Amino acid sequence: MGIYVNKDTKVIVQGITGKAASFHAQQMIDYGTKVVGGVTPGKAGQTACGVPVFNTVRDAVEATGATASVIFVPAKFAADSILEAVDAELDLVVCITEHIPVQDMIRVRRYMEGKKTRLIGPNCPGILTTDEAKLGIIPGYIHKKGHVGVISRSGTLTYEATFQLTAAGIGQTTAIGIGGDPVKGTDFIDALEAFKNDPDTLSVLMIGEIGGTAEEDAAKWIKENMPDKPVTAFIAGRQAPPGKRMGHAGAIISGGKGTAADKIKALNAVGIEVADTVAHIGETVVKTLKKAGIYEKCHTC
Amino acid sequence: MNIHEYQSKAILRSYGVNVPEGYPAFSVDEAVENAKKLGTPVVVVKAQIHAGGRGKAGGVKIAKTEDEVRQYAKELLGKTLVTKQTGPAGKEVHRLLIEAGSNIQKEYYLSFVTDRKSSRVVMMGSEEGGMEIEKVAAEMPEKILTETIDPAIGLAPFQAQRMAYGLHLPKEAIRKATKLMMCLYNAFIGKDCSLAEINPLVVTKELDVVALDAKLNFDDSGLFRHPDVEELRDVTEEDPKELAAAKEGLNYVNLGGDVACMVNGAGLAMATVDIIKFYGGEPANFLDVGGDSTPEKIAAAFRIMLDGGQAKGIFVNIFGGINKCDLVAQGIVDAAKIISEDGKSLPVPVVVRLEGTNVERGRQILKDTPIKNVIMAPTMEGGAETVVKLVKEAEQA
Repeated sequence: MGIYVNKDTKVIVQGITGKAASFHAQQMIDYGTKVVGGVTPGKAGQTACGVPVFNTVRDAVEATGATASVIFVPAKFAADSILEAVDAELDLVVCITEHIPVQDMIRVRRYMEGKKTRLIGPNCPGILTTDEAKLGIIPGYIHKKGHVGVISRSGTLTYEATFQLTAAGIGQTTAIGIGGDPVKGTDFIDALEAFKNDPDTLSVLMIGEIGGTAEEDAAKWIKENMPDKPVTAFIAGRQAPPGKRMGHAGAIISGGKGTAADKIKALNAVGIEVADTVAHIGETVVKTLKKAGIYEKCHTC
Repeated sequence: MNIHEYQSKAILRSYGVNVPEGYPAFSVDEAVENAKKLGTPVVVVKAQIHAGGRGKAGGVKIAKTEDEVRQYAKELLGKTLVTKQTGPAGKEVHRLLIEAGSNIQKEYYLSFVTDRKSSRVVMMGSEEGGMEIEKVAAEMPEKILTETIDPAIGLAPFQAQRMAYGLHLPKEAIRKATKLMMCLYNAFIGKDCSLAEINPLVVTKELDVVALDAKLNFDDSGLFRHPDVEELRDVTEEDPKELAAAKEGLNYVNLGGDVACMVNGAGLAMATVDIIKFYGGEPANFLDVGGDSTPEKIAAAFRIMLDGGQAKGIFVNIFGGINKCDLVAQGIVDAAKIISEDGKSLPVPVVVRLEGTNVERGRQILKDTPIKNVIMAPTMEGGAETVVKLVKEAEQA
């Protein structure tokens, strides 16, 4: 099981003829993902990574029956690529691209209202359902099958945390990187809701960082809606000074809001344990699972 | 990206926002010249630094004579202003804004910001002008009015009117205020701003509506559309190391301590800063080198961290996912050779934690290097502890 993607999800890659895109498309195929086509305007008729290339998303969808897309398109054009994918009525769009202007994303989000498409990202590593499919750039080999869902605003922290889980024998259902931008498609609560509805997922690890109040909102949501699936958390940026952007566009403490201390307090207040440091994520999850009495069940690898 | 008040006002003026007449001055003589040009009975001499709270720190002076303008300009130019937002080190004043004085009847607050939760631009207004909006939000949130803007429509006139009436502006000022709001919104969108803040917005005794102060912040990702804004960058306002890093394509923030770190990925880089502090060190920086760094880029990162003797130890924390540890290790060794004077040693200990793809080969490369004081850490917490310990030893020696 897992969320949003599985072994049957038919995927196209927008921008597939680019260097990074074709590298990652191949990695996706090697992981077992059903990549059925690619889109690069002007390159219809060619093949890339063994799949046909189309001029438009609509052409690709009509020819292949794809329901999901991964976008590797430069920032200047990426917002338009998302619009095109939404217009073609895909179920899921994963946008890897970093540095899309915020105003562009505000318009994209407006355009998506009332439409069926779910957007993950932008500025994210994508999503991986263990042993089934990966859409994006998450390294596959660190994932082992199990019952913990992972949600993160950061790419490398997703890998780091998953690596620690696997090393501790705790397998995962799906790992999803929601991205480091302030305006994005899927936020913690969306992904939490999907994990709540996934019978295979018994527990969730959420990795947040400074900026905004999505972690605080998630804490409240968890208390009200997901009492039966224990959550563990980690928050990056305890030492971040106010007003400074820490790498990610969304990682900034502004107007006194968005500090790590506030987020940790909100999570602790609803009984969620927050790992002291990034090196302690794995053992903190183990502690949470033991406390909930599901460690044996979750010890899958 | 931030710009100065006088630059913000020039942009706003071009969008039709009513701002006081004023001119920038880089010297005392220029300040006096500008005051003459204004010819108003009252002239305001305003220090131009990239930080708020200037008024309380003595950076804004009211002058009634030419001599006063000269005196204040002399006083402010070269002075280090310490405000709530500059930190204890303060910021040196290099530029002034010489502006016509306004006959203030009442002060208001007006801003446009990006709201993450609604994924929309929001207009905020308050009758508590001149106060920090964060303080108003904390103490009397009911005094903040908001209008959420549909990007397909833009700021609708009825929303601007609702704001103007909600702020209880005098009847004669309503139309002028709504016009100012519409123009300010156009500037916010037109220049890819992340913040456009007028604090205070004033109604004058003549019932004019004026943006007395102006602060524009820009979305860095949108700057490619605005070379004119990029040109306004004042490098003297930025940390020299951060500037050097930006030139090398490195994501770096100076944190002032002496335990440096170099990491792949912004999230892990933030978390590495935190873990250094957790084990008792003072973090020198945030630095995301990215995953596919060349030896030259890593060498540039080393140089920036070491510059001025800041870093007494460096913690390299790499998780090789897609990127392979052996390539990263080779990059570190090659970079060490580039910056090492004798090809054998580095000026400070470099503790390296590698994990992920091809980790064994990566560790072997670091073990085999003739460069001394490159230390392998078996775990991340071990690495953090070691680098903090080594820096403390170096301090005691």
